Amino acid sequence: MKYLRYIFILAITLIVLWIDLPLTIPVKFNIFNQKIDTAIGPLVIDFTIGETRVYKDFSTQLGLDLRGGSHLVFEADVTSTKPDDLQDALNSARDVIERRVNMFGVSEPVVQTIKTGSKYRISVDMPGVFDVAQASALIGQTAQLNFRTQSLEMIEPVATESAGVALLDLTEITSLTGKDVKKSSVTFNSQTGQPEVALEFTSTGGKLFAQITKENINKPVGIFLDEMLISAPTVQQEIADGNAVISGNFTTEGAKQLSVAINSGALPLPIYLVEQRSIGPSLGAIEIERSVVAGIVGLSMVMIFMVSYYGRLGLIANLALTIYGLISFAIFRAVPIVLTLPGVAGFVLSIGMAVDSNILIFERIKEEIRKGKSFKSALQLGFGRAIDAIKDANITTLLVAFILFNPLNWEFLPQFGLVRGFALTLAIGVGTSLFTGVFITKRLIDLFYKYE
Amino acid sequence: MIKFLDYWKYFTAVSLAVLLFGFGSMYYWGHTYSIDFVGGTNLQYLFNKETSKQELESSLLSSNIKAVSIEKQGDGKNFLIRLPAISEQREVILRNALEKDIGTKIAVVKTETVGPVIGGETLKKTGIAALIAVLGILLYIAYAFRNVNFAVAAIAALFHDVFIVIGLYSAVSHFFGAQLDSLFVTALLTTMSFSVHDTIVVFDQIRDYRKKFGSDLIEEHANRALTDTMVRSLNNSFTIIFMLLALVLLGGTTIRFFAVALLIGTIAGTYSSPFVATPIAVWLEKMKDSH
Repeated sequence: MKYLRYIFILAITLIVLWIDLPLTIPVKFNIFNQKIDTAIGPLVIDFTIGETRVYKDFSTQLGLDLRGGSHLVFEADVTSTKPDDLQDALNSARDVIERRVNMFGVSEPVVQTIKTGSKYRISVDMPGVFDVAQASALIGQTAQLNFRTQSLEMIEPVATESAGVALLDLTEITSLTGKDVKKSSVTFNSQTGQPEVALEFTSTGGKLFAQITKENINKPVGIFLDEMLISAPTVQQEIADGNAVISGNFTTEGAKQLSVAINSGALPLPIYLVEQRSIGPSLGAIEIERSVVAGIVGLSMVMIFMVSYYGRLGLIANLALTIYGLISFAIFRAVPIVLTLPGVAGFVLSIGMAVDSNILIFERIKEEIRKGKSFKSALQLGFGRAIDAIKDANITTLLVAFILFNPLNWEFLPQFGLVRGFALTLAIGVGTSLFTGVFITKRLIDLFYKYE
Repeated sequence: MIKFLDYWKYFTAVSLAVLLFGFGSMYYWGHTYSIDFVGGTNLQYLFNKETSKQELESSLLSSNIKAVSIEKQGDGKNFLIRLPAISEQREVILRNALEKDIGTKIAVVKTETVGPVIGGETLKKTGIAALIAVLGILLYIAYAFRNVNFAVAAIAALFHDVFIVIGLYSAVSHFFGAQLDSLFVTALLTTMSFSVHDTIVVFDQIRDYRKKFGSDLIEEHANRALTDTMVRSLNNSFTIIFMLLALVLLGGTTIRFFAVALLIGTIAGTYSSPFVATPIAVWLEKMKDSH
């Protein structure tokens, strides 16, 4: 039974070490005449249950300041949007922007809608993007909705039954665009009950559409949003009444989003830039280096202090601290928490603070020993008495973290990355330090101390 | 046992002196707000030949822009220029004009433009969240210690620490050029939670003695608890102070003043638990008894 606990600690340590691996390490050795030649990299979970693929890799997410990049904030002009449609419109705008950012080739963009008072904003974080002017122009442009038909030069339509080929053929951009759509709404097919998106054209749009449908009977007409094909219905007959229906495999939600997007000529709201920052990576490199050195020096001082003051117990505390650091870093990678320089500083600081529960416990143990208790009972009593203080002190800190994190996303509390990020790292730090301080330290003392 | 509480007048004097110095510094020197708060454009340019502040300033003026501040970063080639908010097109025009004027190529290290609204709103919401957190702490301590006076004393110490950090940081701004930025807000929040954390450890010891020996003789219990917890509390703070000193002395410029603010907060938080929170708690308890 007793050994199970040590195996448990060992297992935790190994798993977090695996998650924390900075790079792939080649492993080559001979065992039982078997040549082992493989490589161990950071843990990647990738398997499939039924239809769902579970994928998770544990890599460090570096923030804008460490990797460089841009941060843009747009404010939405909501004056011409009905209050009922507002949330849909904002979410749709967010999705459109995210799609554009992805098209820009940005990895891990963070696109968020932010509501502050009566103002609606969308913030876009793009690590690794440095051309702010281009990035903001790309995001701020009004997306284009247009209709395309098969190229007239294609005399022989090749294998029209194959959707893939038909799609490639849709190169002829007609003069019908999002501007010609008067209104779009979600309807349900009277026969199948499937959700559809109904389009109502303006009078010029209706005429254009009639002409397009007339010329393309039995051919597909592609509806493109931001250069992406949304739907390519095949025209059955000329449609002259200025109404059209886009059918497809829509969910009700999907149809609603598309309808909102079309209603606005793509970006559902006019947006304008209110904040932009770009940070060169060179700034990061020097800063990181110096801060890493500072962190190492600080940590060494803490460890030397602990050993010189508490002797063997100090060594155990240092071991517990190392495990603390590894576990927190593994959690950072797992969540994932985007690491910024102040974040790294906070993390290093939290290691200094995590000693706290160890010191509380050790001082209590010393107290009991001074009273003449045997080491074993001093250990038990010391732990028991330290727990109350540790519990109360940490619960208040968790309380602060909880309120700052604003989990219910209340509008009058911070909804901003900085404060929330702080709260999250604080909570992780406190939680992990509780776990290592109380649980791991005790097991380590049991393991390394012989009871006299 | 050391009778710490007999010296309460000295503690009060020290706290008042530091607080007054801080408030005075705020009154005379104020804070330097970073663009997080006031909005504006920060340009960091790298020139390919050495140039001077004066030259830059007059060159900017000839483009009709008055710089808020110009800071030399390291050698005479790297400058941080703070301006009222300008657009990205304007920045390009300005840069070209500067290149022509000074006769140098400019590499852009960093450009930032922030609207002032963002700082104000963030600040307000964070303030509200902090106040709710304070209320939460008050309720939790009152519940955990079954005593409102302890909770009130802990909160008083919390405000003491927060005000010391705000006040002294203004002096740091004045003498070393620190800016009040969003990291400072983070430092204040950390100070808040550290302050209470440290106070609870001391109060826990007093609670222990009260459980054992009854709730009268509060002053003696408190003195005993302070004597017991002094070493532990100092050791704990030393480890944090080691970390922070390393960050202040060796760390990069972006986090240096963040570490300074945290350092002030940690020292204030360590000091206030035995010398502010405890005397107030004892005083409140005695008032209650005498009624």
